[in-house]
Amino acid sequence: MLAHAIFFYTFSFIAIISAIMLTVSKNTVHSVFFLILDFISVSCLFIMIGAEFLGMMMLIVYVGAVAVLFLFVVMMLNVTQQENQWFISTKSSTHLPVGLLISLVVFFELIVVIGGWKYKPDLVTSMSLSINQNITNAHSLGNVIYTDYIHIFQLSGMILLVAMIGAIVLTFRQRSGVKRQSYFKQISREKSEGVKLVDVESNKGVNLDD
Amino acid sequence: MFEYFNIILIESYKILFLLVPVLVSVAMIVWLDRRIWAFVQKRRGPNVVGPFGLFQSLADALKYIFKEIIIPASSNKIIFILAPIVTMTLALIAWAVIPFSETHVLANINVGILYLFAVSSLGVYGIIMGGWASNSKYPFLGAIRSAAQMVSYEVSIGIIIINVLLCVGSLNLNDIVLAQKKIWFIIPLFPMFVIFFISALAETNRPPFDLPEAEAELVAGYQTEYSGMMYAMFWLGEYANILLMCAMGSILFLGGWLPPAEIFPFNIIPGALWLIFKILLLFILFALVKAIVPRYRYDQLMKLGWKIFLPFSLIWVIITASYLFYFNLLPTL
Repeated sequence: MLAHAIFFYTFSFIAIISAIMLTVSKNTVHSVFFLILDFISVSCLFIMIGAEFLGMMMLIVYVGAVAVLFLFVVMMLNVTQQENQWFISTKSSTHLPVGLLISLVVFFELIVVIGGWKYKPDLVTSMSLSINQNITNAHSLGNVIYTDYIHIFQLSGMILLVAMIGAIVLTFRQRSGVKRQSYFKQISREKSEGVKLVDVESNKGVNLDD
Repeated sequence: MFEYFNIILIESYKILFLLVPVLVSVAMIVWLDRRIWAFVQKRRGPNVVGPFGLFQSLADALKYIFKEIIIPASSNKIIFILAPIVTMTLALIAWAVIPFSETHVLANINVGILYLFAVSSLGVYGIIMGGWASNSKYPFLGAIRSAAQMVSYEVSIGIIIINVLLCVGSLNLNDIVLAQKKIWFIIPLFPMFVIFFISALAETNRPPFDLPEAEAELVAGYQTEYSGMMYAMFWLGEYANILLMCAMGSILFLGGWLPPAEIFPFNIIPGALWLIFKILLLFILFALVKAIVPRYRYDQLMKLGWKIFLPFSLIWVIITASYLFYFNLLPTL
């Protein structure tokens, strides 16, 4: 168990430190990099408790895609050198009540979860599904998601689809004067429509527009 | 306490035996790439250092080691130095799960293919970090381009992997190889192999999709400010990634370490040699494409990724699933 403990404390230490650095670092891009470090260490923790599928999915979805888009946006919006003024100025302290409220809610949720876990240990076993230890992560997850919880799973998929279409509709704007390339048009051009032979009379020229 | 040291010692020994051949073959593959490129264009290529110019890459590496590393004054120094290290590390850690035979694999994990996919999708960070930390416009534009490009092509690679997984029923790489005992997946899933190959080109920033480092527009893209050994590390990481993609392709579609048929002259050759042979075959294709195809325009690249590959591979998932379901071929647990 010694090695297990060493790894656990290393990863959780890195996760907590990077979460703190994420909020206090002055450079927004650095914040995103700390967020990525946090994701990676949390996925390592997932792998350590045997949820390797979840850990890998966390790496692929959050680190491989979501955080890249975060970085993309942060770099494109040119907020890289903007100072994080949370701890410096008094102006931005209007966020403070909201932040306190959220942290209070999270705190009470933690108390409920840990309290239930500590004083009524059979709560966890009665709430969680029975897990077959002999089959792999992905199999046991699939057994639950695609049978008992299929409607909730599909509903969440629909919500994501609606959100995606909504985001596209909100940012889509029709621009005029954009030249588009149509492969079919280009390929189906014939010599007869592309080239026109004109007999030009001398000293008269030719009108190209007709 | 002592047995931990023992385990660490044995594992480091194994890692050394995996990494040194990979690094050497990366050096050789660079030479092969340049030679093939040259032969297609009727040139000679590097042929001076050693027999057939085999030691050219070693000479280049020596040159890079002795060059001065220049760090731009306005760069973000920590991230600037971290970027090539990240690229190199990510390119090498993925080799841990590649099976060279049924027993010769460093980490035979249950989610092997997901691990490979995750590591290859993390590869974009080296490029973004390098491009951003250089604090200069060409690297930055290159980094932005490559972020968009790699994220888009990852999506189609993911869906292609789903196709293969439907036929296998396991995420373990050894299971994927063993499922191809009867028939390699390249035959039933040939369109997916073609799309995987093209997406792998885009994922590794190879020509014709090397827009992040398009020298006509962006000098050298994200590598512009790098010099000496740091540039060499980017370069090594890139080629190690290419080899990794070839290995992934040969495991997913070409039967990994399996011989083409279980008959006499084939089955006495060890599996590792078959895998290496398949990787080389795919790499020669990579090199030929580099020499033959001109570079894509950026909007064409995005169109290809999102409007052609993504719908096509999604439709193919449905076809594969329906076929397997109708003929009762779905793999059981």
